[in-house]
Amino acid sequence: MPHPATEAHVEDGGSASKPQRIIKLGKTTEDGDKKGTNKRVKDFELCVPIVYGTIAFYLGRKASESQSHKWTVYVRGATNEDLGAVIKHVVFQLHPSFNNPTRVVESPPFELSECGWGEFEIGISLFFHSNVCDKKLDLFHFLKLYPEDESGPQSTKKPVVMESYNEIVFPDPSECFFARVQNHPAVLVPRLPSGFSLPAPAPVENTNDKGRGDTKDHLLSQWFMNFSEADELLKLASARQQVQAHIVKLRRELSAIGGMPQPLKPASSYECS
Amino acid sequence: MDAKDILGLPKTPLPIAQEKKSRPHKDSQRKPDGISREVYALTGGVAPLMPSIDVSQLKRRPPSDEKITWQWLPFTSSARKDNLQLYHWVRVVNGVPPTGDYSFAKYNKSVDVIRYTDEEYAKYLTDPKWTKEETDQLFDLCERFDLRFIIIADRFPTPRTVEELKDRYYSASRAILVARAPSPGEVASHPLVKEPYNVTQEIERKRALSMVLSQTKHQERKDAEVLAEAKRIAESRMAARAAEEPDLPVPPDIGPESAERAIGPGDTISPSNVQVHAAAAAPSTSVIADNSSTLASLRMLKVYLRTYALEQMVQAASSSAGLRTIKRVEQTLQDLGINLKPKVPTKAVCAEHLELRKEILTLLNLQKQLQYKEAEGSSFRDGSYGDMPGTAKRSQRAVDQDRTFVPDTISFGGDRGVKREQKRKGPGRASETPSSPAGAHKRPRKMKASDL
Repeated sequence: MPHPATEAHVEDGGSASKPQRIIKLGKTTEDGDKKGTNKRVKDFELCVPIVYGTIAFYLGRKASESQSHKWTVYVRGATNEDLGAVIKHVVFQLHPSFNNPTRVVESPPFELSECGWGEFEIGISLFFHSNVCDKKLDLFHFLKLYPEDESGPQSTKKPVVMESYNEIVFPDPSECFFARVQNHPAVLVPRLPSGFSLPAPAPVENTNDKGRGDTKDHLLSQWFMNFSEADELLKLASARQQVQAHIVKLRRELSAIGGMPQPLKPASSYECS
Repeated sequence: MDAKDILGLPKTPLPIAQEKKSRPHKDSQRKPDGISREVYALTGGVAPLMPSIDVSQLKRRPPSDEKITWQWLPFTSSARKDNLQLYHWVRVVNGVPPTGDYSFAKYNKSVDVIRYTDEEYAKYLTDPKWTKEETDQLFDLCERFDLRFIIIADRFPTPRTVEELKDRYYSASRAILVARAPSPGEVASHPLVKEPYNVTQEIERKRALSMVLSQTKHQERKDAEVLAEAKRIAESRMAARAAEEPDLPVPPDIGPESAERAIGPGDTISPSNVQVHAAAAAPSTSVIADNSSTLASLRMLKVYLRTYALEQMVQAASSSAGLRTIKRVEQTLQDLGINLKPKVPTKAVCAEHLELRKEILTLLNLQKQLQYKEAEGSSFRDGSYGDMPGTAKRSQRAVDQDRTFVPDTISFGGDRGVKREQKRKGPGRASETPSSPAGAHKRPRKMKASDL
């Protein structure tokens, strides 16, 4: 009897052959791990929108030569959801002048705070759970301490915030990962066709004891930026319209000029006897 | 030299020494022995791989025992049927003029057009669509113009297409041949009999050819894209099938076929069309292959960032464009108020961004084309064809048409007006503002060839 119920019907036409493939895999995976960890979900990508960046406060009276600012570098879900289901740990690579410049953060919220005076590029490496991806993903972020407008003394109340939006794409997620995060708020799951069947999604696990991996009520959440794609989409759509209109105009002009200076019969110029 | 004196710069002795050095170097390269240097340079300054002319023969003088004169003598040519007496210079050796036919008479070839008799016509060649008179005229023209059907079609009194004329001529000739032959076997090897003219196929072939030739670049790219995609799908299916059990029923390979159908034009004639097509699409295939191979390579990664994916796709899309074009694309994006890298790179935003970039590339290409066309047009007008009836109309049209001459950078009426004005080159070019569609432009001044 082939694998129960977990026959993923794949997009391309090879579905007839699927059952035999499952049998093969079932026999070969002998480790105690869940069966079919090698099964991938073809043609669906999972997307995890994240925001990463830094928030830096001027220390004001408490500032010293070597420690003028207190800053925090972090990676959070774009909607402040818990990334712990996807990311196992994060490694922040700081400037070598720091003690132990390689800082590992094992659990969400993935952030790190430090004091310093200098701006530099922070390396952020994301390590995923084993059934998500065994390759790390590197990000880079430049720590900004000083505000754009240099008018007047820095305020200790208003921090310098630099955030970048990005999306982690898993083009070929394993079925197990897919099933696990199907209903997770931090992950964008594409709409599946009706024939698709997956194992029942596991309840959202929390590797944290208190379950506070999300950043919704984070201390710094008031400074988090809002990233809305609607605005950008609107601008892009309007720009495209303008360009398209131009193209139509040019095409018309080109055909007007192109058709002109031939005194011969147009038909005969193409034929070869 | 004086300037260097004034500036107090040392007069460098190097260039002079270099000249001395380079001259002997060049001498050793020069190899012509019987031909002048300029003539040798025509071949690129390199000796031919296969000596076509015996160089030693070139400077050979004629043997001195012969007495050579040149005389203006009359001659006859077997190619002429009239009695026209022509003269030309003849090289006379020792008082004896050369003999033989006019040397170019052998090139007077003509086609053997079969002429039928009236009885033959009545017996074999009657056709509802052709009168005897027409057929006679056709055969006359064929003989007169050596089967140059374009000319024949032009001269034919009643309007007939080239294919119709060819069809009539070939089928009639064939019928006569077959009728006159003592036995069918004897004439079976004659090319007219062996390969009959197929009207419908010819019409179709020409239609398909003209469709392929008139495909826009955009269509070409699309087709190449489809083909590359189909190929990729076919290959991945092939690989997938190879990995599975061999006794599975192999589904018919619908990939390439559907791609051919998707090509659209000329789908009734596949072999010749697809070949022409593939040849035409070959240069742009590499661009589209880049695109689909980028997608494929992205899928190979276990994980990647959306911005990385966008960068790769942008690179693939602009791989055929030079650095200058890419800069212009970026400038245009800025003019439109779009960030070069999207602030919120979601899947949708990245897709739109990519499409916008591609459209801008198309726009810039069209602009360039328009510039070239106008350059051609203006030199056409200003050059030796001044008297052609069409040109007066054309130059009028170019100026009167309600259009703006598009400058190097398109101004999209953004709020950075000052900077843009400074960047724009060239005098008096009207700028385009999207808010004022029709008459608000300056009339562009008449173009001169020196402009472009």
